[in-house]
Amino acid sequence: MTERHKSAISHHPWLHRFAVSTAGATILLIVAGALVTSNQAGLAVPDWPLSYGTWMPPMVGGIFYEHGHRMIGASVGLLTIILALWLWRAERRSWLRCLGFIGVAVVVLQGVLGGITVLYLLPWPVSVGHASLAQLFFCLMVSLALFTSKGWQEETPPLTEVGVPSLPRLSIATALAVFVQLVLGATVRHQVLGIVPHLLGAALVVVVVAWTVRRVLLHHNQKALRQPVKALAILTALQLALGMGSYLARLATADAPQPQPLMVALTVAHVAAGALLLATSVVLALQTHRLFDQRSAIESRLFPATQRVHP
Amino acid sequence: MNLRNIAAFASLFLLLLVIGCGSAEQPAEETAATEAAPAAEPIDPATAATISGKVSFEGTAPRRRRIRMDAEVACAQMHSGPVYSENFVLNDNGTLRNAFVYVKSGLEGRSFPTPPDAVVLDQKGCMYTPHVVGAMVGQTVRVLNSDQTTHNVHPVPKNNREWNRSQAPGANAIEATFARDEIMIPVKCNVHPWMKSYIGVLKHPYFAVTGEDGTFEIGNLPPGDYTLGVWHESLGSSEMQISVAAQESKTVDFVLEKAG
Repeated sequence: MTERHKSAISHHPWLHRFAVSTAGATILLIVAGALVTSNQAGLAVPDWPLSYGTWMPPMVGGIFYEHGHRMIGASVGLLTIILALWLWRAERRSWLRCLGFIGVAVVVLQGVLGGITVLYLLPWPVSVGHASLAQLFFCLMVSLALFTSKGWQEETPPLTEVGVPSLPRLSIATALAVFVQLVLGATVRHQVLGIVPHLLGAALVVVVVAWTVRRVLLHHNQKALRQPVKALAILTALQLALGMGSYLARLATADAPQPQPLMVALTVAHVAAGALLLATSVVLALQTHRLFDQRSAIESRLFPATQRVHP
Repeated sequence: MNLRNIAAFASLFLLLLVIGCGSAEQPAEETAATEAAPAAEPIDPATAATISGKVSFEGTAPRRRRIRMDAEVACAQMHSGPVYSENFVLNDNGTLRNAFVYVKSGLEGRSFPTPPDAVVLDQKGCMYTPHVVGAMVGQTVRVLNSDQTTHNVHPVPKNNREWNRSQAPGANAIEATFARDEIMIPVKCNVHPWMKSYIGVLKHPYFAVTGEDGTFEIGNLPPGDYTLGVWHESLGSSEMQISVAAQESKTVDFVLEKAG
């Protein structure tokens, strides 16, 4: 790392830790949301923004899940506001400061969608939108944690491109495929679509992930790429097992009078692992683009525009 | 800066819109459909017929599923033993409880006055009592909470308006009406997911729910040709054609089988 580059680094360890904690709180929020749906408690609290006309209703039955979800949501909202303000004060990169406030806008929108879905008795476009935006918000929080890390600003060996499509494009395709799959999963959970589109989506994700993992492990030595793809491979295998398990548990307990603990546990784990899979694919895509950009920057330094020969 | 302002204003607008438009206390009363119904024609008791019978089950009875309400102590204490789901209750004589029997067709062109008495649906020991009930279009359904815990009452109709209201212990009864006939309207409590009830809503009073002996009786019926329907939560629906003459008492039995 050059002295000039070192001085350009804007790294605040405690800010980074706070961003990581906010991302951690967000995955807890996703787990809480999955508990609400799996326990059929989405309408256990009929009013919003208050719960039974108060800030703290009796935490019994489905109210525990629904109001607990609201409380964790409010806490994540507060953490997001603090993170945005902290970024605004401490961060030199203007785009990152802006991203902090986009996070606030998204978490507010997410809360409003949650309220609409309760007040209008779970209209499926809103419910699926709420579930999908949760995933995007988690990715945003994970991205903020990544951008505030020291490693993000350190120079690393640039990307040596091999193969078609390029790794940046392949990594984006992976993240998109996982996101579409999560949306399809939300349509299954909210009983909009059957299981078939979700199964086809799983097959597509497996193919794209396998392609990406193979490309990175065979052709790239950067730790920043190899770590996410290893996580991607493990999470995909885990996610397939959890998906199958939750589906079978759902079938086996279809005539049960109430949600069964095993089915709830498997389904919630499936949702959480899906969120981690998406976040990992987004981290990979971001790292890939960072390394690709570094190659472009090095090329620019070595061959300034005036000296470049264009075919 | 502009981007942040726009985002903030958009969020605030959405929030105000939802608070302004949404309402936790949805009206439980529905305006009845303004169809030009013919005037109620009195039934002549001298010619009225009666249909009675029973609803039996054929096949291997499914295992009754136990409800776990240990976490809800206030409710668990109201039961002396284990509580089972009421979606399939087989009586000792091989008949079915909670089957809804009704005149499905044959009364078109007639109208019937709405009964002044309310149909009562109670929440007791975190169970709906009765499990299946019938009401006429426009008739008041009064939902009580006899429990020392909070419930929400949430009918999920297809032809009527859906609503969801909370009911704390000791709260006033919730009174609701349904504007259109519908077989059947599930009523749920999302606080206690095992709590489920069904309301059959009809334009006429010719319906019955089977009890501990699996029998039903539909009386004061004008002579004519009818389709008699039966609905059961787990076994689905069935129907039969029946003709009754003046003053006739006819016995018909339904036999329901487990699908698949």
